[in-house]
Amino acid sequence: MTGFTPDRRSLLKGGAITLAAAATMSADQLLGYAKAWAQASQWKPEAGAKINLLRWKRFVEAEDVAFMKIVDAFQKATGVTITVSNESYDDIQPKASVAANTGQGLDMVWGLYSLPFLFPTKCMDVSDVADYLGKKNGGWAESGKQYGMHNGKWIGVPVAATGGLVNYRVAAAEKAGHKTFPNDLGGFQDLFKGMNKNGTPGGMALGHASGDANGWVHWALWAHGGKLIDKDNKVTINSPETAKSLEYVKSLYDNFIPGTASWNDSSNNKAFLAGQLHLTTNGISVYVTAKKEAPAIAEDMNHAHLPVGLDGKRRELHLGFPILIFSFTKFPQACKAFTAFMMEPEQFNPWVESAQGYLSPFQLAFEKNPIWTADPKNTPYRDVASTATTPAGEAQMSENAAAAIADFVVVDMYANYCTGREDVKTAMSSAERAAKRIFRA
Amino acid sequence: MTTIQTSMPGAGKVIPRSSAWDRLRINRNWLALWFMLPAAAFLLLFLAYPLFLGVWMSFTDDRIGRGGVFVGLENYEWLKDDSIFWLSVFNTLLYTIVASAIKFAVGLYLALLLNRHMPFKALIRAAVLIPFIVPTVLSAIAFWWIYDSQFSIISWSLIKMGLIDHNINFLGDSNWARASVIFANIWRGVPFVAITLLAGLQTVSPSLYEAATLDGATSWQRFRFITYPLLTPIIAVVMTFSVLFTFTDFQLIWALTRGGPVNATHLMATLSYQRGILSGRLGEGAAIATAMIPFLLAAIAISWFGMQRRKWQQGTDND
Repeated sequence: MTGFTPDRRSLLKGGAITLAAAATMSADQLLGYAKAWAQASQWKPEAGAKINLLRWKRFVEAEDVAFMKIVDAFQKATGVTITVSNESYDDIQPKASVAANTGQGLDMVWGLYSLPFLFPTKCMDVSDVADYLGKKNGGWAESGKQYGMHNGKWIGVPVAATGGLVNYRVAAAEKAGHKTFPNDLGGFQDLFKGMNKNGTPGGMALGHASGDANGWVHWALWAHGGKLIDKDNKVTINSPETAKSLEYVKSLYDNFIPGTASWNDSSNNKAFLAGQLHLTTNGISVYVTAKKEAPAIAEDMNHAHLPVGLDGKRRELHLGFPILIFSFTKFPQACKAFTAFMMEPEQFNPWVESAQGYLSPFQLAFEKNPIWTADPKNTPYRDVASTATTPAGEAQMSENAAAAIADFVVVDMYANYCTGREDVKTAMSSAERAAKRIFRA
Repeated sequence: MTTIQTSMPGAGKVIPRSSAWDRLRINRNWLALWFMLPAAAFLLLFLAYPLFLGVWMSFTDDRIGRGGVFVGLENYEWLKDDSIFWLSVFNTLLYTIVASAIKFAVGLYLALLLNRHMPFKALIRAAVLIPFIVPTVLSAIAFWWIYDSQFSIISWSLIKMGLIDHNINFLGDSNWARASVIFANIWRGVPFVAITLLAGLQTVSPSLYEAATLDGATSWQRFRFITYPLLTPIIAVVMTFSVLFTFTDFQLIWALTRGGPVNATHLMATLSYQRGILSGRLGEGAAIATAMIPFLLAAIAISWFGMQRRKWQQGTDND
């Protein structure tokens, strides 16, 4: 437990570094730039526009500071008032859903995963903004398009994603016989086994953790050739491939630290930073916090992508952060202008830097940002967009796929089998039934 | 007729045949109706309307952000062979029955203790209420730390004492998780039962106890034949509320487990929220919520009909 609470000095030092990183453009410069931008912009905010924006509560403090700087510059340059409210990961979606349903309260939501796909008819068509940004910033990654487009229209702009990548303790992995991080399913399995035997276990969330649990179980499913639905949205979860993946996940789970079935999104962060957990999947936030609060852990940890599947391809489910504009907003131009403004390189680059790897871009030009190579431990997070697959897998991202992930259909299937509540067949048929309910015509 | 009357003052002999309107005007019940109207409107608007809307929604395929069409019993048909739904029904019943029974036993015991004369009586009585005053979510977060799979204070203490050698998986194991949430609910619910029963106890006239003592009644006999019968109406009311609150509990579960592990602690209320709001299937969420109504009605009916009976009211057998 020692080292869990940071001493004041290390905290101050860490804070100073992050602040310095965020301040690449002074406030005056930023304002001047913002004014010039607003003059030239194709979106002219309505006079007296007031925007209510809801975003997820930051995991990296400096990221939030940088975001608010962008908001501030935009407000001063355009006269638009933006009220930003923050909600934790789990509360974003219900709030956004209520706004979508009642048609009031919010104008924009910067949310998680496939939020716009839960109510595509309530999302404004932002194709003009997405096209503008795509042209400007080196084009959209394929996964970015999948996360933003619905029936050929952009219903949200995928601002960034946070990679659900492996966080591991180097010494513990080496002791378990893996000098380099395994890139195949067998090696990964062996690593878990070895680490557990040495008393330095890993563990990945298997509770109702929207980000952490959904991420790696979908990887496990896809890596074995299983899928929830095929290209035509037909439910295909009940398959020999899924069965294989269930057995594989069980073999990992047997070597997990106890309690993963009850974990939420913050559980693995806590356990890792307390030095009790030695391998997990997470965003870069563990590392960012460790640098400040537990330098010894930061020194000894590294990141890696999850192993490739049986077919040699790597598919991962990352936590996307799409921003959407509600179709009922009174100030569509102001909302669009803000979306475009915040993703201009002048804003986006410092913002990405301040997030210290927490925001992986979907636009190719931002992969050149020095943050990804300045610290080699950040580099895996640069390539998140290239491995990202939407929850729909091979199919088009849709309302139903968004519902399936919110209802934890796949997570429950693995948890049911791993905790011994159901056997392979029952676990698969329960998931099949749940999926059919969601994907019924 | 009235004009004639006014033009001829003093014609008081003629008793005016009051119209229906006149009679209505002085009717006290009619007046009372108007006084009740604001309250009735309030109830209709904020209780009845949402309830009927919810029931109606359960027959549609409403989704968040767009209306649905009437689909009859389709939502219920899907629920009929949905193992997670039935698991949540089982969990809810288990949660309600076990927690309510223990809350009653502990609450009654506590009330009897608090009813005695002791130093700092007022202070102790006030202290008992604390779990009830603390906001649910706050106490749930405290319990969340107490039950944490890695940092649990209970596991830590037991390990330090050398009683166990690894952390107890409080919220990760189905049975442990159920026991843990039930315990948290009991901790929260006992003060309500205890204080209400205490209020009931204080209405029992001391002379009854004196008389019984003179007759040589033991303390058990005094409880069984004086306290218990006189307390029955209060018990009926308190337990009805306790059962209703427990059955519809949401916050505690949501903050502690989100229904996990593997849905072992999903109550109907939490499942309804997960399906209706998080997953966007308003119709289906409403169907699960509506499925709670029969259980709640049964709980109310039992205490309602019970309270009609004299045996419950007065503790005698002469109904």
